[in-house]
Amino acid sequence: MTDHDHSRTFQADHAEPTSDAARIGLALRELLIEAGHYTVEEERAVIAAMQGASPENGAKIVTRAWTDQSFRQRLLENGGAALREVGFDIAPYEFTVMENTDNIHNVIVCTLCSCYPRSLLGMSPAWYKSTVYRSRVVREPRKVLAEFGVELDEDVVVRVHDSTAELRYMVLPQRPAGTSDWPEEKLKSLVTRDSLIGTQRELLS
Amino acid sequence: MTAPKFATGQRVRIADRTPPMHHRVPSYAKGQVGVIERVCGMHGEPEKFIRGNGQPAQRLYRVSIPQPDLWNSYSGGNGDILEIEVFEHWLEPAA
Repeated sequence: MTDHDHSRTFQADHAEPTSDAARIGLALRELLIEAGHYTVEEERAVIAAMQGASPENGAKIVTRAWTDQSFRQRLLENGGAALREVGFDIAPYEFTVMENTDNIHNVIVCTLCSCYPRSLLGMSPAWYKSTVYRSRVVREPRKVLAEFGVELDEDVVVRVHDSTAELRYMVLPQRPAGTSDWPEEKLKSLVTRDSLIGTQRELLS
Repeated sequence: MTAPKFATGQRVRIADRTPPMHHRVPSYAKGQVGVIERVCGMHGEPEKFIRGNGQPAQRLYRVSIPQPDLWNSYSGGNGDILEIEVFEHWLEPAA
C-alpha cells in the first residue's frame, strides 16, 4: 500500500440522476444499504453477473439440447434443474423453455413491464421493452413477426407467452436441416438473441 | 406448501377485478376463460408486496387462452394461443 493509492480514490458507481424518478431510486438504494438489507459488495456482484450474461449462454444451452436428446427432454420438463446442470441459475425465477417445431412457433413478451431472463441472456434489446412491441405482439403476433422477417404458414400455430409473473422464458429454436455433421462450436454460432425470444425462426437462410 | 387447487387441462376463468395496488394480471386477460397449461411453483403474492414480503405465497399457473377469444377480429390462425401466468387467487373453475 502506498500513500497515494488510486484504487482507493472515491468514485461514485452510479451516474448523477437526471430525473425525479432516478433521484427517488437512488435515495431508496441508499436507504436500503444503510438499513442493512444488502451491501454495496452484493450489489456489485449482481451487476457484474448481469454484465457477464449474454445470448451466448442461451446458444450454449440450445446447442446442448440439439446434440443431447435426454438433456433436451429435461430442459423442456424442468428448465431450472437443467439450467443448473450446465452451471447457470436464475432462481427465484422459474426457467421455462418453449420448443419450436414444424407446427409451432413461440414468441416471448412481457406486456406489463419487460421481464426477461437478464441474468442468463444479458440485457434485453430496446424493442423488447418498447410499448409498441409489448402491446402489438399479443394482439397481432403474425404481423409483428412478419416485420421481423418471420413469415409463417397458416398451419403453424403461434404461441405467445406473456411473462407476467415469476417465470422467465427462452425459445428453443429448431436445428436447421443439413447441420447433422456440424461441430458444436459451429452450431452455437447459428443461435441468435432474437431466435431465443422468438422474433427469428430460420437460423440458416 | 399447499396442494394445487387446479390441474393441468382444467378450464378456469380469470377474475375480472382491479385492485388498487400493483398486480400481475393485464387487463386484456381479465374475465377470460382458458385452460391450465401447467402448474407452477409457489411465489410471493404481488398484491401483498405493497406492505411486507408477499407472504403467504400463492400457487402460480400458466393459463392458455385461444387468441380468437381475446381479440375481436383476430387476424391470425384460429389455432393461435396466448399463454399467461396467473396466481391461484385470480382463478375460478369454469364450465
